[in-house]
Amino acid sequence: MSHELRGSSAVVGIGLAGCGEAPGRMPLDILAEATHNALDDAGLKLSDVDGIFTGSSYHFMPALSTAEYLGIKPRFSDSSMVGGSSFVAHTLNAAMALKTGQCDVALICYGSNQRTAGGKLATMSEQQIYEAPFKPRYPISSYALAAARHMYQYGTTREQMADVAVAARQWAQLNPAAFARDELTREDVLNSRMISDPLSLLDCCLVTDGGGAVIMVSSERAKDFPNKPVYVLGTGTAHWHRQITQMPDLTTTAAVDAGKRAFEMAGVTQNEVDVVELYDAFTINTILFLEDLGFCAKGEGGAFVENGNISPGGSLPVNTNGGGLSCVHPGMYGIFILIEAIQQLRGGCGARQVDNPEIALVNGNGGVLSSQVTTILGTEAVL
Amino acid sequence: MSSTDDRFNGPGPDQIYYNYLREDNFSLPQCQDCHEFHFYPRVVCPHCGSFNLEWKTLSGKGEVYSTTTIRRKPERGGHYNVCHVTLEEGPRLMSRVEGVDSLDVKIGDKVTAVINKDSDDPFVTFTPVQGD
Repeated sequence: MSHELRGSSAVVGIGLAGCGEAPGRMPLDILAEATHNALDDAGLKLSDVDGIFTGSSYHFMPALSTAEYLGIKPRFSDSSMVGGSSFVAHTLNAAMALKTGQCDVALICYGSNQRTAGGKLATMSEQQIYEAPFKPRYPISSYALAAARHMYQYGTTREQMADVAVAARQWAQLNPAAFARDELTREDVLNSRMISDPLSLLDCCLVTDGGGAVIMVSSERAKDFPNKPVYVLGTGTAHWHRQITQMPDLTTTAAVDAGKRAFEMAGVTQNEVDVVELYDAFTINTILFLEDLGFCAKGEGGAFVENGNISPGGSLPVNTNGGGLSCVHPGMYGIFILIEAIQQLRGGCGARQVDNPEIALVNGNGGVLSSQVTTILGTEAVL
Repeated sequence: MSSTDDRFNGPGPDQIYYNYLREDNFSLPQCQDCHEFHFYPRVVCPHCGSFNLEWKTLSGKGEVYSTTTIRRKPERGGHYNVCHVTLEEGPRLMSRVEGVDSLDVKIGDKVTAVINKDSDDPFVTFTPVQGD
């Protein structure tokens, strides 16, 4: 018997705003514009929204500040904070809220002006007191330590990590909305300025502005909207640590558990997935998540991404918008992988459109490889 | 209300840890049920959930589990090491290896703890084991 949440809710509206640079705009301005675009896409009004799901690096009580700004009085609110993976996790909480009648129209939303407000993440994170004396650079040092260990343990190379950045750039070149679309070679990545060994500047994601919004309703009414519904087939969450020293094994993330839970709820397997959107804050992420989600064996992620396998025309379409590495990355990136997966399943992505995808997998990352959330989405054909 | 259980009275594990370091003693709690050590110090064993812990002095021996060099311009102090060291007793902590160029620190290197008391809250760094 299938899980009661499998396909019980669907995305009927999506919106992006301010991706790249949105000078002079506050995070909630950008969030509201994305919300406007998502409502427009769904043919709904702001007053229809009665459930809000959001996260922020700027507001201590994100749902309260966001609902106040939008002038809505939601029946159900969720500001669950699991870093950049929050917005992927919100699909599970929204599905439960819709299923149990806590709300009828769920709005998942995010906005950030990280680039034009100074180029640095305005983190509300508390200092990690046992790490602070050593001045790790947050968050890159954590990912660098994971990459170094992966290289040591499995022979992964900087060249293979560079190939992740090159593949992302090749997808970005097919996406007119991507921020970085210049030619990029493996040598460019290898020769870029070293920041925290073994990660160089071009192993790191962009710092942009941007916002996104996703509107979910119960599947029973999903066909009453202008666009082809995209169904939430399954979501799994997992976290094993907060600070990097507490990660049990620097080469294996909690995506092992999150992915397993999502696959189980969705009732699908890896080889049925047509398109994959992974949270690529750094090049090592893509390698780790492909392994942990079961698209290749542990330790074989480097070989898997080598020589264009995840590039356009490769064996597995991964990060088809250009990823956090080349498309957009405003502080927290989770909502953008969700939106790209939905766009791919709807079709009409132009040059970067994957050939008739029916199932998409999204994996959000939060903290320092800490929180992992996997969502599997599908078209009506796989309900 | 104060606890009648001594384990929850007086300074917490964070204070105890620093107090030991101030006395040149590198100690961590060991679980009396599963016998695992843990870092950072807590009132509960994160391995098995037991609250039955005792502080034990460590050997100070460890091995580099992973390492990175944070690049910084010479005029800003130059590049420096950030690493994870796995202690002989099991726990892993963030630290730096001193007395050697950060780029020469390798995973698997054997290291020894040194207590740094330059600041109010002491911390532990490591030096390479001679002849390693």
